[in-house]
Parts: sequence; structure tokens; C-alpha cells
Amino acid sequence: MGDWLYTAWKFCLDWAIRIFFWGLNLVSYLLYLADNIFVLGASFLRRLLTWIVDYLGLSTFWVELVMVFVYLAAILAIIMLAALVLMLAERKISAFIQLRHGPNRVGFWGLLQPIADMFKLLTKEDIIPRGADKLIFILAPAIVIAPTIMAYSVIPFGKGMVVTDLNLGIFYIFAITSLTTIPFLMAGWSANNKYSLLGGMRSVAQMVSYEIPLVFSLLGVVMITGSLQLSTIVEAQRGIWFIFLQPVAFVIYVIAATAECNRAPFDIHEGESELTAGVYTEYTGLKWALFMMTEYGNLVLVSAIATTMFLGGWHGPLLPGWFWFGLKTALFIFFFMWIRWTFPRVRIDQLMSFGWKILIPLSLANVLLTGLGIYLFGMKGW
Amino acid sequence: MGPQHPSTHGVFRVVLQMDGEIIKSGNSVVGYLHRGMEKLAEARTYPQFIPYTDRLDYLAGMCNNLAYVQTIEKMLRVNVPARAEYLRVIFAELMRIASHLVAVGSFVMDLGAVTGIVYPFNHREKILDLCSMTCGSRMTFNYLRFGGVSHDIPWAFLPRLNYLLDYLEEGLKEYHDLVTDNEIFLARTKGVGIISTELAKSYGLTGPNARASSVNYDVRKNHPYGIYPELAFDIPLGEAGDVFDRYMVRMLEMEESLKIIRQAVRDLPEGPIQAVGISKVIKPPVGEYYHSTENPKGELGFYIVSDGTTKPYRLQIRRPSFINLAILDQVIPGVKLADVVAILASLDIVLGEVDG
Repeated sequence: MGDWLYTAWKFCLDWAIRIFFWGLNLVSYLLYLADNIFVLGASFLRRLLTWIVDYLGLSTFWVELVMVFVYLAAILAIIMLAALVLMLAERKISAFIQLRHGPNRVGFWGLLQPIADMFKLLTKEDIIPRGADKLIFILAPAIVIAPTIMAYSVIPFGKGMVVTDLNLGIFYIFAITSLTTIPFLMAGWSANNKYSLLGGMRSVAQMVSYEIPLVFSLLGVVMITGSLQLSTIVEAQRGIWFIFLQPVAFVIYVIAATAECNRAPFDIHEGESELTAGVYTEYTGLKWALFMMTEYGNLVLVSAIATTMFLGGWHGPLLPGWFWFGLKTALFIFFFMWIRWTFPRVRIDQLMSFGWKILIPLSLANVLLTGLGIYLFGMKGW
Repeated sequence: MGPQHPSTHGVFRVVLQMDGEIIKSGNSVVGYLHRGMEKLAEARTYPQFIPYTDRLDYLAGMCNNLAYVQTIEKMLRVNVPARAEYLRVIFAELMRIASHLVAVGSFVMDLGAVTGIVYPFNHREKILDLCSMTCGSRMTFNYLRFGGVSHDIPWAFLPRLNYLLDYLEEGLKEYHDLVTDNEIFLARTKGVGIISTELAKSYGLTGPNARASSVNYDVRKNHPYGIYPELAFDIPLGEAGDVFDRYMVRMLEMEESLKIIRQAVRDLPEGPIQAVGISKVIKPPVGEYYHSTENPKGELGFYIVSDGTTKPYRLQIRRPSFINLAILDQVIPGVKLADVVAILASLDIVLGEVDG
């Protein structure tokens, strides 16, 4: 009797272990799939296109061209989605901070509100003020969104999910985002409105001044990694996130990024209480929508860069990489919104003196200390 | 900065001559809300004018009622019963808190922290609930009458008032935490828009604006009225006379008002709320009479010339916001545009009072 029981027990245990390991394999395969779902999709598309192109007898150039458009569509989808979601998120978060509900009529919890907003903006009358410089007035919102879209192409959204893994990734981002100052100047000048002019001048001064601390704060990270390539930087954070190695740079980056995005407490260009709507005063309908999309696109871009450089990019246990990336970026976005709805606005001269006299020396000191640290680390072999 | 502007606290226009960001000179243009109250008064009987006084400083309606009603009581030599006096003081101080909440809230909002207006208005809602419980209205109360008040407080009033006083104390602590110690706030307000004591006195500033410039003048202490002589409270004074001091004086005055209300509630007697023996037709004796009270915005005075008939011959209102606003053109040359908004918000004007 005992003999039979012993055999039966071993049989059950045997199969339990087999099922357990089979399940573990299944889960890990699913996780691998989820982690690489976009990469696998892209490579499948690429193989499909290559097959079609081979069948038609064309060169592989066409494959690359179509893939570029696919990537562009993906990035545009991300930006549009981000703009829609953030519009609602901003209103809901601001409402909860201000002890009220926010939009809750259109769809459950206000979830369809962005769609209603989009329809409203698309159907608004397109007004061009008399005396405005027509060409520049129309061009400005079109130009302002281009650098933002371009900058997304080097950001690693997950493992292997970069559109173009440029070897000067972060440098490319700096160069492109500097271009956003020109459309603001164009918008401010062309509207023939004193508020727009003041707002445009202020915003350009602010953006130009705060680019320098932005660049210098990220220099420390580049020095530690030894490379400008964003995927390398993410790889280098496998052991420890750079936020622990570069806390001062992180703080400087957050402040400079808020100024670059023209968000409170640095939203002087649209200081609502002083300048009605500043640069955006004379823009209606879709033109204004483009400016708003740029603002939210910039916000997501800056949060994505912060995640990549300081919070370890897409690294994270178990769940897919792009999910962790999204989570960390969302955390930053929430933090930026929290700041916006809590602090008063800085005055323009205080803003400039803070940027030039405090942030730049601090970021330079950070670069110096980082260099020293790297040298000592290499020398002493800590 | 035209009549339609998010930060001019109403329809008010300032023509600014600027050199880049710096103001060279400013020219205030008022009158966009002029409704001809003083002229209307000459065609109304004395009791008929009480609702008009609500519309002067519409953020603190009962205080305006009080000034006017006390002027007429001075003319008629009426004795107001004790319960009515205490009720008047309770409501006057509640109105002071309500007005200062709006002042502080819109001030912080004009500086950029848009959230800063929602929390004070939450507290103000509860004050307005108390008022509407008593007299039915939230903004234009028409509560006071010659010789007393119009309605007695309902039984639910005192418990809610006591709860509100504790709620307000906590709220004020929260504001100090969020605003008073904030670096950006201090950088925007300290040393900005300094009004010296001599300048304040020569322009006739009254109220928290003057007290922030160390002018020790409060009508409740210097020319006491009602039962204020029996109440113990302090007058907060500022030192530098800048925007921060004006904000701080208002915050401290709110705490003093809480003290006054607690004392009045403790000593509230029973009794009639209206004096007897006042005729239905008011015909004050011929002469000129002036009486002023401490409004939340400053010293509100009524100067009435009576010719013995039921309608005043001339009624002139010393409007504190109008007189306080005159200093704006003096203070703004040399500051930046953002400071103009901060200074205007710190002067705490109400266009209903400025234009009358």
C-alpha cells in the first residue's frame, strides 16, 4: 500500500514540476514577445516589403523609404496621442489640485473630452488679423512642430526601439530643439499685437538662456558614458541609474527643461495674468492647436530625455521595456504638471538672472566635479 | 492695459508708456463702471438707498450697509439695541475675512499660481452660506436697517459659525505654508512697489495699504463705532510698505477678525434686533453729517447733506478704493510690467467702489 502511494506521489510531483516549468517558459516567452512586439512587427514589415520589392524587381531603396514613412507615422501617432491624453490629463490634474472635478460630462470621467476639443478646434474660424505679416503668421505654427517631431527619432522607447540610432544622438537633439525659438519669434512679430510681441521676445530670451544649463547638465552623463549615442547611454545604466550618480545635474535639468518647454513657473511668454495669451493671442483654431501640440510634444520629449539619461531608460524588471519607459515618462509629466499648478510665476529679469548667474555656474561646476570623479575613478580603480 | 484684461480686477484701464520692459509712466483711466450712485441717491429716500450701498464694494456688502446706516443713525440720534450691535460686528468681521480672502486669492493668482484662488474661495463659500442663511442673499445683502438689523440669525447659525472659525484657522495656516514661505513668491513681492509712510499719508491711503506702510490708523481704534471699544484686538502694522507687507497685513487682519468674532459670539446677548420708535418716514434734521467705518478696503465714509426732506440733498461717498488707486500712477514708474500687476493686485481695489 505504502509502495503504491509513494509511486503515485512521485508521479504527481513529476508532472507538477513539468507543468510548472512549462508555464514558466510560456510566461517568459510571452514577456519576450511583449518586450519586442514593436521590433518584431517592424522586422516583419521589413521582410514583407523586401519580398514585395524583390518580386517587383526594384532596389532595396524603396524598402527603406516605406519604413521611414512607417516610423514617421508611428512617431506622429505617439505625439498626437500624447497631445490628446495630456490635454485631458492637464485639466484633470489641475482640477484635482484645485479641489474640483474637471471635465466629467463628455464620456465617463471626461475621457472623450479631448475628442470634443479636437473637433471644436478644427471647426473654429481661421482669423488672420489685419496688419499681420501673412506669410510668417501662417508659417510659424507649421514650422514650430517640425523640430519636435524630428527629435523623437533618436529616443529609445524600448529595447531596440529606436528609429535611427544616431551615434550623436543627444547632440542631435540639442541642435534640433534650438530651432524651436525661431517660430516663437515669428509668431510674436507677425501678429501685429503688443501682447504677442512682448510674449515672443520674452519667450525667445528665456529659451535661449536656458538651453545652456540644459546642455551642460547632460554633459555630465555623456562624460560618464563616453558616448553621445542614446542607446549606449541606456545600456550604461544597467547597473545604476544616473540620477544617483548625477543628482545636481538632474535638478538643473528639470529646471532648465521646464524653462525650455515654456511651462510654469517659467511660462512668461503666456503669462496669462499679464499678457492675456502672449504669443498665442491672435491664433485660432488649427494654428493654435498646432502650438498646443508642440507644447505637449515638447513636454513628452523632455520627459523622455530625462527618463533616458537619468532614470535608466527602458530598464525594469519583468514587464516590457516600453512599458517601463512609458511609466517613467508619465511620472515626469505628472511632476511637471504638479509644479505648474502650485508655483507662482517668475519675473522675466529674475528668470534671466537665475538662468545665467546661478544655473550656468552650477552646471559648469557639475561638469568639473564629474570630470574629477571620472579621473579619480580611473586612476584609483574604485 | 485695457479695460478687458485678466488682471485689472474689473473694468479698469492703465495706459502705460514703456521702454522695453520698464514702465516710464502710467495713466489710469477710471469710470468704466460708473453708475451714478451719488446722483441716484438724490432721488431716493434714505431707506431706499440701503440696497445701493451693497453694490459699492460688492465683495463685502454688509460693511457698506453699516457705514451708511450708522451715518443716518447719527443724524437721527438712534440707540441701537445690544444684540443688533453684536450681530453687526459679527457680520462686519465675516465680511472683512471674505473680502481679504478674495484679495489674497486673486493676488496670488495674478502672480501666476492659478490654484491660489480656488482655496480661499472655498472658505468664502462657507461665509456666504452663513449670510444667505440669515438674510437670503450671497452678495448684495440689504441686511442692515436704521436702528438694527433686518433678520435675526437662525438657530443653525452659531454652530456653523463656530465650525467655520476653526476651519478658517486651519485654512490660514495652510496658506502660510503654501504661499508665504515660497521662494518665487518672496522674490516677486519683497521690495516691489514700496510706498513710504509720507507718501501714504499724503495720498490719503487708508486700510491695509496704509497700515502696511506703518501708518497706525484704523477707524475701529481711532474713531470707534458700535461696540468696538469693548472688543480686544490688535492692529497689524507693516514695516517696508512693499507688496509683501500688504499681503501679510491682510493675512494677519484675518486672524484678528477671527478673534473679534469669537469674542462677539461669546458675549452675544438676547433681545430685540431693531430699535423701536423710528418713524417710517425718515426726515433727518437740516445739516451736514459725516461718518466713516473701517471697510476691508479702507475707510468708507458717507457725507450727507440733509435739507429736512425725505431725500438727501447731496450724498457723497468717500470711497477707499478710489482714493487708494490714485497712488498707482505714482508708484509704477521704474518697475517692470509684471510688477504693475502685482502692485495693482496688492492695492486690492474693487471697481464698484472706484467708479461708484
